[in-house]
Amino acid sequence: MTAPALELRWRRLHPLSPLLRSGKILIALTAAMTPQAISDGTGKFIGWGLLGLVPLLLGGAVLSWRRTRFGVDGVDLRVESGVLLHRSRRVPLARIQAIDVVRPLIGRALGLAELRLEVVGGGKAEAPLAYLREAEAESLRLELLALARGEAPASAPLGSTPLVTVPAGALIGSTLLDARSAMPLVLLLALFVGVLVLPAEAVAALTASMLGTAVAAFEVARRRLAAEWGFSVSDSPDGLVLRHGLTETRSQTVPEGRVQGLRVIAPLLWRQRGWVRVEIDVAGYAGGKAALQTSTLLPVAPRALAEALVARVLGAVPAVELGRPPGRARWLSPLALPVLGVGYDDRFVVTRTGWLRHDTAVVPLAKVQGFRWHQGPLQRRLRLATLHLDTAGRDIHAVALHRDADEARVLLDELSALARTRRRTASLRG
Amino acid sequence: MAGAVIVPVGLLLAAAAGADSGPVAVFAVLALTAVGLGTVWLWQQRRWSAWGWAEREDDLLVRRGVLVRRVSVVPYGRMQFVDVIAGPLDRRIGVAAVHLHTASAAADVHVPGIEREAAERLRDRLAALGEARAAGL
Repeated sequence: MTAPALELRWRRLHPLSPLLRSGKILIALTAAMTPQAISDGTGKFIGWGLLGLVPLLLGGAVLSWRRTRFGVDGVDLRVESGVLLHRSRRVPLARIQAIDVVRPLIGRALGLAELRLEVVGGGKAEAPLAYLREAEAESLRLELLALARGEAPASAPLGSTPLVTVPAGALIGSTLLDARSAMPLVLLLALFVGVLVLPAEAVAALTASMLGTAVAAFEVARRRLAAEWGFSVSDSPDGLVLRHGLTETRSQTVPEGRVQGLRVIAPLLWRQRGWVRVEIDVAGYAGGKAALQTSTLLPVAPRALAEALVARVLGAVPAVELGRPPGRARWLSPLALPVLGVGYDDRFVVTRTGWLRHDTAVVPLAKVQGFRWHQGPLQRRLRLATLHLDTAGRDIHAVALHRDADEARVLLDELSALARTRRRTASLRG
Repeated sequence: MAGAVIVPVGLLLAAAAGADSGPVAVFAVLALTAVGLGTVWLWQQRRWSAWGWAEREDDLLVRRGVLVRRVSVVPYGRMQFVDVIAGPLDRRIGVAAVHLHTASAAADVHVPGIEREAAERLRDRLAALGEARAAGL
């Protein structure tokens, strides 16, 4: 790849960044302290303490802002930072997996945004630039993506109309119909019935135990709505652009060929409506709670629309018939047996698992890190085996459950041969 | 490893039995200990013979497991790094394990109990193959 030579020009973060960063810490601290302050009456003391912390935080943030500068030299993004410990970092642009522009609530009011670069390795964004003016963040994103492709920086901003937008009604409706997020409602209903029928002392115990669960489950639904509110997908020369979020908005660019795997999920109550949810795995993003904000390609959509988008992300439609496992596998998974299946063409492997939530995983053969043939004692008795295809993604990997043992062995050899061909073609192209 | 537990426990029990109920009990406990040791030995033997690896043209194939059987295939081009690890016991008998790491923790494989020098040669060979066939993520 020939990168256009580019003169290194150092730039600074926005002058309001220190204010915003220390403000964020202060708000978090206040939120963490408040319950305790209320409960034991030390509110005044804690309040003064926090107030005393303000100049310290602000001073530190200003100092760190003065020491931070960044620039692009055509091949690397360079970031220099640190007050006590100086750090000079180079991020090779060709290694960028994805770039996000994140706007926190206060940032939106001030017109500021954070740019996050994701490369493989490390648990968090490797080079977060917080904060830039929104327009600057957007143009820097375009510039970096163009340079990463080995082209001259593009200047034209994209004014594309979204391919897909998810209406608020569909998002709320689907959240209510998804067992995981609808749990609080079911629990509250059960609680209500319990209050009517049970004796008083039982009610008290029931309430205490169920409220905790309900609150936790409610939190799941709330986080999902907050992360996926106003979801839209649009097209750009750099790949798909996903925009979403209620208070903190995020726009993600998923460059073509960076998707390690994806899955199409169809929960029980969505199926008769023909709704599905699509999640993608791009190496580099952090897992855990943060994954909720970065792994969704489409929160809810009719199947046909989702499939069109999947084809867009993968660059091709997996033309695959799913083969079912032999009937004797019912001894091991009686309920999921009609769902289980595996199929492949020369580019993708598709597997399906799940019983209440149908989970169809699609993994490009060129991305597979390793193949595992796995046979437990019961499977051996039934001459069955499971084939796993591991990827560098966080949580999407393809599993062909309970295949005929010999068939799975053949599959292991065939798929690893196909993957070898795909890796070669992939490395020849870029 | 299990042998290291079985022998002293067996001997202790034998001593206790000797103090309590005479030579027949001692003999019984010692016999049980021997049977336990034999079982562990046979089991380890089977585990050992189930473990195998093959360097194929483009990937490493590792087979292992007695109760749960596994066959892993890791393409050389997917290796991130290779370790040779030898614990104190391993060093004493002059063997080492080769650990192969990929970008996916689930796909990692290892081959234990290779003679020290063979292990190092295997590591170097794997590293060279990995470099020759390296593929981007």
